[in-house]
Amino acid sequence: MKQLVLCLIGALFSGAAHGKVLHQERSLYQNVLVVENGRERCLQFSVKRDLRNQSCIRTDHPEEMVFSYTRMMMAALLLRDAPASILVVGLGGGTLPGALQTLFPAARLDVVEIDPAVVRVARDYFGFIEAGNTTVHTMDARVFGRRARAQARQYDLILLDAYNGEYIPEHLLTREYLEETRNLLNHGGVLAANTFAISHLYDHESTTYEAVFGQFLNFRLEETANRVILVARDGLPTADFRAARADELQPRVARFGIRLNDYLGALEGIRDWDADARVLTDQYAPANLLNR
Amino acid sequence: MRALMIYVMAGMGGFVIMSLELLGGRILAPWFGNDIYVWGSIITIFMTALALGYLAGGRLSLDRPGLRRFAALFLAAATLLAPLLWYADTLLAWTFEHIEDLRYASLFAATALFAPATFVLGTISPYSVRLLVDTTHRSGAVAGGLYFVSTLGSALGTLLTSFYFVLWFEINTIIAALAGVLAVLAVAGFAAGRR
Repeated sequence: MKQLVLCLIGALFSGAAHGKVLHQERSLYQNVLVVENGRERCLQFSVKRDLRNQSCIRTDHPEEMVFSYTRMMMAALLLRDAPASILVVGLGGGTLPGALQTLFPAARLDVVEIDPAVVRVARDYFGFIEAGNTTVHTMDARVFGRRARAQARQYDLILLDAYNGEYIPEHLLTREYLEETRNLLNHGGVLAANTFAISHLYDHESTTYEAVFGQFLNFRLEETANRVILVARDGLPTADFRAARADELQPRVARFGIRLNDYLGALEGIRDWDADARVLTDQYAPANLLNR
Repeated sequence: MRALMIYVMAGMGGFVIMSLELLGGRILAPWFGNDIYVWGSIITIFMTALALGYLAGGRLSLDRPGLRRFAALFLAAATLLAPLLWYADTLLAWTFEHIEDLRYASLFAATALFAPATFVLGTISPYSVRLLVDTTHRSGAVAGGLYFVSTLGSALGTLLTSFYFVLWFEINTIIAALAGVLAVLAVAGFAAGRR
């Protein structure tokens, strides 16, 4: 009994007692926390009740990607040659943009992040440095997309990482938004989206992506509740192409802790969702109500 | 019977106002985001339109007040909701192209889309006070009862729209239904006013 009580007390305080809070601020959008625990430093958002790590770095190996979904997003590189222009939606701790800058220093990189507090924290605590051809746009992703379209700006690679487990900006998970984003892809362009593998939303999200892009690679791993959707504007490349890309890229991505060969088998794209799930649109977008 | 009908109509007026206000955020979000200034624009426009509606409704009630004129307000509100079904996207696209600052863009769009119907919905409350008050002595009690039903209607419109309607229906379906309910109440009001 005493142990049980101690356990309960431990559980109650684990959120607060875990690690040292380096920074805390309430932005217009969320509570932003930077917490350091041993050699791990994490960015946490609390929109609702519990805190969840959004992005972490190892302070002794800052390049290594701590989360599997971050590494999984990099599988987009298997679908095409080196990109010359890249759009990342959702900055987080800056892990993905940072890695892309390292890998493709000549590429033009646009990052869209709605929350200026997140931009500050990525710079101050997660070592995110904007290289010369990187621009961070602090605005709504949908507004950015429409303006980019008006200026005829297009990208070889787009990474969508705008949803966290607790709250989804619903206007960024609709058929219309995905159509607008598809129009930002160059010929041969590739898109990867970090999404959910749990809850009813999985089905709706799958049918919505399918409605816009047709067949996609449904990249799931046992180790995580995230799922990465991989899409190619002009059709998916063959498995041989992907294997050749993996061999070519592996030496360059090893520093991030990525093992591309492990991903090849999981990229096959199993259609394991309810194909009748209603497509999400600007008219019908209850993503957060479905994500329960 | 006549009194009950007026209370029901006032309650539905409150219901439609808040349901529409919540849908307003959904309609603007694809163009201007879901930011605090989008909600700020919507709330500002609804409050302003309602304020002017109260003033106008009070004035209107001075001239031969009656159930049929009251019903005409519902018909006008239903009619003013209809353009949302067809022209919202055209107007939003135009606004996005022509107004760079997203705050004023969303304020302008909210005005053009929602102010006319909300203004007319605002006339309902003061007009229904006029129809129900028979003696000065009871005027406070009648006004209290009307605030009660219309604000409770607003609470119900908020709850049902945000918890259930958006999960079951498309935005345009909900707006068409709101317009339909207003039209039905108008017809009922005309019929009752004839006798």
